[in-house]
Amino acid sequence: MNERSRTLDKYSSRVYKNRKEHLVQIENAPGSQEITANTRTVPGIITNRGCCYAGCKGVVVGPLKDVLVITHGPIGCGYYSWGTRRNKAVAEEGGQNYVPYCFSTDMQESDIVFGGEKKLENAIAEAVEIFSPKCIMICSTCPIGLIGDDVQAVAKRTEMKYGITCVAYSCEGYKGVSQSAGHHIANNGLMKYIIGTGDKRPTKKYSLNILGEYNIGGDGWEQERILKRIGYEIVTVFTGDGSVETMKNAHLADLNLVMCHRSINYVAEMMKAKYGMDWLKVNFIGVGATMQSLRDIAKYFGDPELMARTEEVIQDELAQIAPDMEYFKSKLKGKTAGIFVGGSRSHHYQALLRDLGVETIIAGYEFAHRDDYEGREVLPFIKEDADSKNIENLVVGPDPKLYKPKFSEAEIEKLREEIPLDTYAGMMREMKEGHIVVDDYNHYETEMLIKLMKPDIFFSGIKDKYIIQRGGTPSRQMHSYDYSGPYAGFRGAVNFGRDVTMAIFTNAWAFVVPPWKTQSVIKGSLTGGEEAC
Amino acid sequence: MRQVAIYGKGGIGKSTTTQNLNAGLGEMGKKIMIVGCDPKADSTRLILGGLAQQTVLDTLREEGDDIELDLVLKKGFCGIKCVESGGPEPGVGCAGRGIITSIGLLERLGAYEADLDYVFYDVLGDVVCGGFAMPIREGKAREIYIVCSGEMMALYAANNISKGITKFANTGGVRLGGLICNSRKVDGEAELVEAFAKELGTQMIHFVPRDNMVQRAEINKKTVIDYDPGCPQADVYRELARKIDENDMFVIPKPLKQERLEQILMEHGILDA
Repeated sequence: MNERSRTLDKYSSRVYKNRKEHLVQIENAPGSQEITANTRTVPGIITNRGCCYAGCKGVVVGPLKDVLVITHGPIGCGYYSWGTRRNKAVAEEGGQNYVPYCFSTDMQESDIVFGGEKKLENAIAEAVEIFSPKCIMICSTCPIGLIGDDVQAVAKRTEMKYGITCVAYSCEGYKGVSQSAGHHIANNGLMKYIIGTGDKRPTKKYSLNILGEYNIGGDGWEQERILKRIGYEIVTVFTGDGSVETMKNAHLADLNLVMCHRSINYVAEMMKAKYGMDWLKVNFIGVGATMQSLRDIAKYFGDPELMARTEEVIQDELAQIAPDMEYFKSKLKGKTAGIFVGGSRSHHYQALLRDLGVETIIAGYEFAHRDDYEGREVLPFIKEDADSKNIENLVVGPDPKLYKPKFSEAEIEKLREEIPLDTYAGMMREMKEGHIVVDDYNHYETEMLIKLMKPDIFFSGIKDKYIIQRGGTPSRQMHSYDYSGPYAGFRGAVNFGRDVTMAIFTNAWAFVVPPWKTQSVIKGSLTGGEEAC
Repeated sequence: MRQVAIYGKGGIGKSTTTQNLNAGLGEMGKKIMIVGCDPKADSTRLILGGLAQQTVLDTLREEGDDIELDLVLKKGFCGIKCVESGGPEPGVGCAGRGIITSIGLLERLGAYEADLDYVFYDVLGDVVCGGFAMPIREGKAREIYIVCSGEMMALYAANNISKGITKFANTGGVRLGGLICNSRKVDGEAELVEAFAKELGTQMIHFVPRDNMVQRAEINKKTVIDYDPGCPQADVYRELARKIDENDMFVIPKPLKQERLEQILMEHGILDA
């Protein structure tokens, strides 16, 4: 029995039937295997998933610094989504930064009974009075959908009353099968009400948006630093350290770079349809991946001068980090890793680990779809189900004035031979024979696979980090970076190398022998034993 | 203490019937509390002689839950205690949750005094959600009367309500006490409702004929017994009160399939020309 079979073996037949489709052990020809994803979790399984609200507020709109995000609902959802993702943000000069704050309508029982619209409007009035934001976004939690508060109407009234932008999201937690539904809802809102409402054109020759970069631990800043060094103008970032002020001009940039494919591909695709803007799948996690991405961007513009400058910057950056990377690689070479995170990081970090000589042998996503595993070419074959149909699929057409594709179809085809333009190949292709891929991983599978595959380090999140660590396998949080970072780009790679080295070489829990290993914890006695003998 | 819930299709006359019947029970000397479970808060108007009532939920919203029972509980005709749960205006919030909140508060405030003979819950419409089923959940009303007429939709609603009762019958111990036919003067009404009741496994406990006196009393914000104690309709309600007081037929209903319901209508609902 291989590791996959041994993991699945413990399941009852009903659970087995479900889970076997979500657990793949890579065989001979990577890319030929299918995985089931974005379906409902089996009840009773301790899944790592979040909810629709978490995807909308927690991931996509929360990091926008000049947006005052109000969580409409009882206090818990607002409180527990406050600052947990370490989306760093610094106010622009004269601008605002609401990221450190937590705003909630704190719905009480009588608000549920009598409806919460008035309370929401009062909250908005208060927020406007105290903070005078230019943009307010409302994120609905479960009870709001149940009692049917018309948050969109409140948003409209807010715009009329205060002359500010106000967007309401019906992102109630129970929608969809995971936080992925919330990403989609947030994407739709940004597309409908923000993108394209500005007219400030970039001033530099080549301009970019970075999509799906949430500036955890300052990752986005490291990417911006490198890109600006080469000479690019960054129009906006979706959404780490991002702002509505810059996002409204996003459509005027030359190219969209897509970091986290899962959470933002909808915006990338819609901007392609509406403005003719291409998007390029990049990965700034890992030295090799960063270099590749920088070269791909330069290739897109096809400017020899730009390509030369790109090489120049790459060489200089490499020279700065080479000694550190060499050292960490010497410590880590030959180690193995497991990684269970969201919808893109489990792929991205494999590149960085590879740079450090670490092989990723287990990889899983919480809420990814099949295209994130197998590549976008499977999109036409993904079966829609009742859950996915419940989420609005916004369809946009070419904008009569602003639709300006940079290249002809033939030129794009040619570019595609060299760079991943408007496409994504997915994670599974990069994994080797025998390696495990898990969709919607759960607690049992995490423990079982660590036991069977014995990785030297396991990357996960707050929910399971300490269980893993106390089990003797060092663990690092890939959602918050354990208060470290940035890990992106060249300098980030060094930080990561340092943190991983520290984790593996100070694995304190592995030195602790738990009492049940040396003495019995259950005292037993024979009853009627002598006679039975 | 007998806790009774009255259900039935919207507009069928639940509140009117409940109050007139309670006037009859009150006359018999019974101690009664009526809990109106309708956001419109009009379940106790005839007993109190007007809508003078401050609802539980309004009070809760304005004063918080540290309130005196007297604020929400008023006594009316024959000393009948009246409480209106109240709720949001139409299309807003959650009326079902309101009923749950309101009954919870009444319990905490000690409204359910031990010397009460009857507590009546007048619940709006069908059992549309968990909130409207609150009065028939564990520890609350154990007997239910459904007000209906011989109209198809009234019977359809009665059948649906029976499904709700069946659901709670095993856990909450709730039983159906019978159907009260509030006549709309449709063809073969009494026979039809009787046949339907029999099929459900219950009884038509009383047939309330249509009488303008009800309307006249209602305009005067009174129950019939209060408004004109000597009229024949007053006796009808006294009879209904007596039958309910003496009722010992409590069943778990057997809701009908749609086809069977239609069949019964065909059999009884159309008089031969």
